[in-house]
Amino acid sequence: MTFQLFVQLLAAGVLLGGVYALISIGLTLIFGVMRIVNFAHGEFLMVGMYLSYYLVTAAHMNPYLALIVVAPGLYLFGLLVEMTVIKPTVGQSDVVQVFATVGLSIVLQAAALMAFSANVMGLNLPITNALLHLGWLTIGVPQVLAFVAAMLVAAALFAFLGRTDVGRAIRATAQDRSAAALMGIDVPAIYRLTFALGTAMTGLAGALLMPIYSVSPDVGTQFVLVAFVVVVLGGMGSVSGALVGGLLIGIVETFSGFVIDPQWKAAIYFIIFLIVLVVRPAGLFGIRGSEETAS
Amino acid sequence: MLEVRGLAAGYGENAVLFDVSFDVPEGSLTVIVGANAAGKTTTCRAISGEIETRGGTIRFGGEQIEREPSNRRVERGLVQIPEGRRLFPFMTVEENLLLGSYAHRARAARQEALDEVFTLLPRVAERRRQLAGSLSGGEQSMVAIGRGLMARPRLLVMDEPTLGLAPIFVERTFEIVAEIRKHGVTVLLVEQNVKRALSLCDRAYVLEHGQVVMQGAGEQLLGDEGLRRAYLGM
Ligand SMILES: Nc1ncnc2c1ncn2[C@@H]1O[C@H](COP(=O)(O)OP(=O)(O)O)[C@@H](O)[C@H]1O
Ligand SMILES: [Mg+2]
Repeated sequence: MTFQLFVQLLAAGVLLGGVYALISIGLTLIFGVMRIVNFAHGEFLMVGMYLSYYLVTAAHMNPYLALIVVAPGLYLFGLLVEMTVIKPTVGQSDVVQVFATVGLSIVLQAAALMAFSANVMGLNLPITNALLHLGWLTIGVPQVLAFVAAMLVAAALFAFLGRTDVGRAIRATAQDRSAAALMGIDVPAIYRLTFALGTAMTGLAGALLMPIYSVSPDVGTQFVLVAFVVVVLGGMGSVSGALVGGLLIGIVETFSGFVIDPQWKAAIYFIIFLIVLVVRPAGLFGIRGSEETAS
Repeated sequence: MLEVRGLAAGYGENAVLFDVSFDVPEGSLTVIVGANAAGKTTTCRAISGEIETRGGTIRFGGEQIEREPSNRRVERGLVQIPEGRRLFPFMTVEENLLLGSYAHRARAARQEALDEVFTLLPRVAERRRQLAGSLSGGEQSMVAIGRGLMARPRLLVMDEPTLGLAPIFVERTFEIVAEIRKHGVTVLLVEQNVKRALSLCDRAYVLEHGQVVMQGAGEQLLGDEGLRRAYLGM
């Protein structure tokens, strides 16, 4: 492998990893605060992609301007799901929560199938095909934009969690929900907010992927596996772990896709997954037994 | 200020409190003592709203609050330092204190409260940038008290603040309790150091198997034969 090829692959891997990070942050945030493993996470991504697709094709919006609609749209969608599906399962056994979110995932896929058909749809605009040439390095403009936007959103989330009262309340709830209630924190409201926030971030990731990938009702299943591997790798509930884990998985996937074969992607995830569980079950940034960190 | 009448509570099938009634008058230091598993912590949890009551009423400042969520009670100035301190271990001491003043009633005067806490508890000020989970038990208990004071309590409920502390910190805790009272905060204190607590308080209640079995002025209970034998081993 030449140096130039190495750099080319690394760049592609990092750019892909940024989006993986954004997909995974929503999942880990929701798990960390609410202790809910959201099996419908991939479908939230799918909803974000379809919303973006129709904003661009039907409403003729620029795909990046569409983010301004997708984020609040998915936030509201997340609120709705939390109040109708998730809230009744809080405090119930894990089985109930698994059934609820797996059921939601099936319902959302079926609804998408009815509404949009099984057709695979993609955007074909000048910007989706634009390339950026940096000397001998060539990268896709949508990839760069997705990465930059993902990092900006992650930075905004870090600032929010780290510096604001509500952000602190979210972290406090993740660490000890009954102690949080004694601080005057409205824990059910924090759950609602966290779920909606996680959904909005995932929707944003979907909208950022739309110029790169194509959308179909089952697109979520392709990405949800990555998100779970990233979250376990980073440490369940750790937002910084999801960021680092996303970048790592992006790089590994790009290199293994080149050296071995892209078809083996899922097998590679699975091997990483197993290695983490054996070597460091708490993940890179997780704390053993607590499965949570400050941010 | 706090009136508890006929309080019943429990966990699942397990009934813990049967008929607990007591008063915490404004400005007083009221103490609850009782053996392990008597139901003291359960009483505190019912007051804070962490668990639901199964009977009876809780009034705070004349208003019935036993159906209100915890956060509303905190907004009323009913603040609790829970058993075992329950700090947020992965946050700094300062962040723990700031969370103490999360309630709207406390946020406006946050800086002032922080200065007061640091004056009262200089040790906490020294540790402000450290993770709460990395402190010693004694230091953690000081942070827990500071965090409670940050909420600008009208009534501060303290559930065994001296539990597991070295004697020097036990002594310091009682000094701080006395200091808090001087600032006009009403205190409900649950204690296992019966002698020390009774000599400090205005009024005390003895809890046994989920019921109040004895009550009176602190000095009066200290002189009681039966209580001395049961709790002080004298
Ligand atoms: N979370 C719980 N679930 C079930 N039973 C509990 C729980 N907490 C306390 N208990 C039971 O309630 C009784 C009273 O406990 P507690 O209120 O903690 O007593 P105290 O604070 O006076 O030591 C004990 O028998 C205890 O086993
Ligand atoms: Mg107790």
